[in-house]
Amino acid sequence: MQIPAPFEYARATSLDDAIALLTRYGDDALVVAGGHSLLPMMKLRLARPDWLIDINELHELDYVRRHGDELRIGALARHRTLLESAEIAALFPIMTEAERVVADPIVRNRGTIGGSLCQADPAEDLSTVCAVLGAQAVIRSATGERVIGMDEFHQGPYETAVEFNEILVEVRIPIRPRSSSSYEKVERRVGDWAVAAAGGSVTLAADGTIEDAAIGVTAVGLSGRVTDAEAVLIGHRPTDALITEAGRMTSAAVDPMTDQRGSVEYKRHLAGELTQRVLKRAIARARRQEA
Amino acid sequence: MTLVEEPLVGAEHGRLHDHNPAAADADRPIGFGRLQRKEDPRFIRGQGRYTDDVVLPGMLHGAILRAPVAHARIVSIDTSEALSRPGVRAVLTGKDLEPLKLAWIPTLSYDVQAVLATDKVRFQGQEVAFVIADDRYAARDALESIVVDYDVLPPVVDLRHALDADAPVIRDDIEGRADNHIADWECGDEAATRAVFAAADVVVAQEIVYPRVHPAPMETCGAVADFNAVSGELTLYETSQAPHAHRTIIAMVSGIPEHKIHLISPDIGGGFGNKVGIYPGYVLAIVGSIVTGHPVKWMEDRSENLMSTSFARDYIMQGEIAATKDGRLLGIRANVLADHGAFNGTAQPTKYPAGFFNLFPGSYTWDAVYGKVTSVYTNKAPGGVAYACSFRVTEASYFVERMIDRLALELKMDPAELRLKNFIRPEQFPYDNKAGFEYDSGQYEKTMRHAMGLIGYDQLRQEQVEKRARGELMGIGISFFTEGVGAGPRKHMDILGLGMADGAELRIHPTGKAVVRISVQSQGQAHETTFAQIVAEEIGIPPEDIEVVHGDTDRTPFGLGTYGSRSTPVSGAAVALVTRKVRDKARLIAAAMLETRPEDLEWAKGRWFVKGDPTASRTIQEIAMAAHGTMELPDGVDGNLDAEVTYDPPNLTYPYGAYFCVTDIDRGTGKVTVRRFLAVDDCGTRINPMVIEGQVHGGLTDGVGMALMEIIEFDPEGNNLGGSFMDYLIPTAMEVPDWETGFTVTPSPHHPIGAKGIGESATVGSPAAIVNSVIDALSPLGVTGIDMPCTPGRVWDAMQGHATPPI
Repeated sequence: MQIPAPFEYARATSLDDAIALLTRYGDDALVVAGGHSLLPMMKLRLARPDWLIDINELHELDYVRRHGDELRIGALARHRTLLESAEIAALFPIMTEAERVVADPIVRNRGTIGGSLCQADPAEDLSTVCAVLGAQAVIRSATGERVIGMDEFHQGPYETAVEFNEILVEVRIPIRPRSSSSYEKVERRVGDWAVAAAGGSVTLAADGTIEDAAIGVTAVGLSGRVTDAEAVLIGHRPTDALITEAGRMTSAAVDPMTDQRGSVEYKRHLAGELTQRVLKRAIARARRQEA
Repeated sequence: MTLVEEPLVGAEHGRLHDHNPAAADADRPIGFGRLQRKEDPRFIRGQGRYTDDVVLPGMLHGAILRAPVAHARIVSIDTSEALSRPGVRAVLTGKDLEPLKLAWIPTLSYDVQAVLATDKVRFQGQEVAFVIADDRYAARDALESIVVDYDVLPPVVDLRHALDADAPVIRDDIEGRADNHIADWECGDEAATRAVFAAADVVVAQEIVYPRVHPAPMETCGAVADFNAVSGELTLYETSQAPHAHRTIIAMVSGIPEHKIHLISPDIGGGFGNKVGIYPGYVLAIVGSIVTGHPVKWMEDRSENLMSTSFARDYIMQGEIAATKDGRLLGIRANVLADHGAFNGTAQPTKYPAGFFNLFPGSYTWDAVYGKVTSVYTNKAPGGVAYACSFRVTEASYFVERMIDRLALELKMDPAELRLKNFIRPEQFPYDNKAGFEYDSGQYEKTMRHAMGLIGYDQLRQEQVEKRARGELMGIGISFFTEGVGAGPRKHMDILGLGMADGAELRIHPTGKAVVRISVQSQGQAHETTFAQIVAEEIGIPPEDIEVVHGDTDRTPFGLGTYGSRSTPVSGAAVALVTRKVRDKARLIAAAMLETRPEDLEWAKGRWFVKGDPTASRTIQEIAMAAHGTMELPDGVDGNLDAEVTYDPPNLTYPYGAYFCVTDIDRGTGKVTVRRFLAVDDCGTRINPMVIEGQVHGGLTDGVGMALMEIIEFDPEGNNLGGSFMDYLIPTAMEVPDWETGFTVTPSPHHPIGAKGIGESATVGSPAAIVNSVIDALSPLGVTGIDMPCTPGRVWDAMQGHATPPI
């Protein structure tokens, strides 16, 4: 049994209560939702919060619902809910494909989208997915609510824009016609951190050219989107050569490190290879939508 | 001899997976056959009782402070703040153990290891101090209050440089030690092998690395020690695969007389060799109980288990093979560099410092063979023989099976054909393998051809041709291994002077129920089922009427325990023989009951009857009542139906198998998928096929783990990079295929029931099949070798032409 350092525990009874607790305990408190990242870190004493604020009772944050041309996902929605959502599968196959490879079923049963985004692990899949989909994060504090884009939300490895007295409450994803997406990850074993992963989304114009494109990569030293590679695609008819070029540019843009999961050369190669694969799938899917 | 003669070959796959004949009462065997495990109800219902479940009145808890660095001199240790923390009862350091002569203890290889470091720490994770507190939280928290001043030294991490002249000397505690050399060992005939190589048409060489892996049992190691100062008795609950050997060694080390030590090894949550050695934590729990006057529990956490307990493998093997152009094997040479860590703690018979690496010639005939192993110290955790390896048979089998494929590639010959051409033939048994071991029996070609039929070898090769034409990477890998298990003949084999024999006691109660007491200890191998089945087969009492007692030194006869697949070869033989002894005694009593002469009686399972008159019979249950009753017994017959034996095996048993693995490799990512795996095992007589299949399935999963993902790596400073299950990967159901198994039956000629060990066969045999399959898949790209683990990145590197060794 791995034993964490001593800590206190409080179960929030409402969103206001959670924010009040976070405000009271300040930097000494951490929010626990699914706990599958935080608790292992606590057991290894890599994380040592004095207070754990448990938000698992806040069922009002556990939802997936359509609101106009947005899909709104509560921060406490479990990975399993997202994986099994037919609406998400139809609108954002990138998210379904990512959820399929988020850790393992045990983690997916408990882990939440809010927890994943706030953990901001460089190998975390949903940060890439949300960046590619142009999602917005809704952050609540005692004084109100703010809505920010993923580029602003994600501030680097393990860092987000969420302040100590705030909680991420919702993720909003724009629904766009003639669009589709895809995600692919390589891992040494199910549940291991990604060696590398890539997500892509495309919107096709009526003439079949690429009207908009988004590319994101995971675990290869580049957060946010690969805008150079995206620019190559936009306005052009999708061809193998074009996709190969986008893959090549993604390879060039990433900045991975050699570790037990692979060499720099391998990870660069993977970033390009996986980018090509997801773009091809996303384009094929978007075309099917058109038909 | 009771033997299952038919069927001699078979397969369990496809729909048979879903079918469980043992579930039906009518099919339940009285003897050998498929039978659900007797121990499962308590595990399934959460009623297993493990060491950590032991709670004694007044029990305290220990926690170990461990070295944060791989190599450092200890300047000072300040425990004062820790001692002042609430709930802390005592803090022990090496200085406290020195007067007790317990700062160092002997290892299983005639070296010593530190219980708590006194002079230096020699690996990251080494034991430095022990806190005893009211609960495990207080003990763990207090570790952070101990202040240790280290003078950090350069570590020896790369074993290839351990013997360099300027390498730091790790074991300066040993007088006169000026380098990191442990031992050189050799087998075979060096000169004859050199001559064979000089004259050969074809010689290939290949470096083969078997990296450091860890057994990683689900239950970590631990102990609860309860020393009674008044009676002088020590009751010790311990995660031990060898309770009797542990009791003797603890008696020798601690000075507590052996008859005052009661060692109980309760349910064990997996061992795989990890629970063979004596760990410092066990000794510390004992000392802690003596010091505090309370029972003390110590259970390590997962990271402690992975970082400090017995690892496995860590062999760098230089292989050479000589052959004729048409594929006749002539000679094989192995030159091994072995990393034994900071203390030479490998568990193996005394005369075998490289374990049974003598099996490296494998299943083939050679004109000459030569093997050499050099072992060295490094600043890494000690251990060295663990993880279902049958004393280095794993390394030996992996070595020869990789080498055979390397030659096949060189000769452009089908690897199955090359094996078939060179197998030891059935009439050559008993076979001297030219490296010191005599194989007992085998029908290698028959088993190989059976496996080739089951997997559809020719069709697979055809499919591969088609896939290669399309640029797809598909591999077919073969491993044909021979193990030597069941250590062993006591004149050759001992551990710390204890001969490797095992006892068994059988008692038939008056009502015809039985209890059999054995010296080996199950860690999941279903001893309570299979040993009951052996008694049942021999005497006809149903298995459910037979209690198997194990794991408690006060309730069982002496013996060396369970590891190296030795339970069935050694204890299984003891149980068969003790049952026959009881059966012979029953004959005398039955003769008296039937008023005839013993020689006029014949045995049918469960009863003695008068030859020619089957109705004149007495069942074993009737005889048991009579033995304890009032009838007048024949002269020299005691009034019971009990017996005991100690079995000294005449030789090892030599199970073998033909394993086939089909892989697909994603050309763009290097990701390996094991599509199919067939294991055809021959373990001689099959006591409980269901248990055998379970063992094989588990071992194959181990094999996938080692082949594809498992490795304990160290950074240049000696930091362990595999210290949690986040970093040390073990396979999940997602990485393994639906296992296909089959069997042939070639009984061991010297074993009472013809059985051979099976527990480790699949772990031994499977990695080579998987890696050979990966190499086969990549061979169109010019790849001739890749070392484990075959992670996507390492496979991709090999595809680019720069395969690198993992260490």
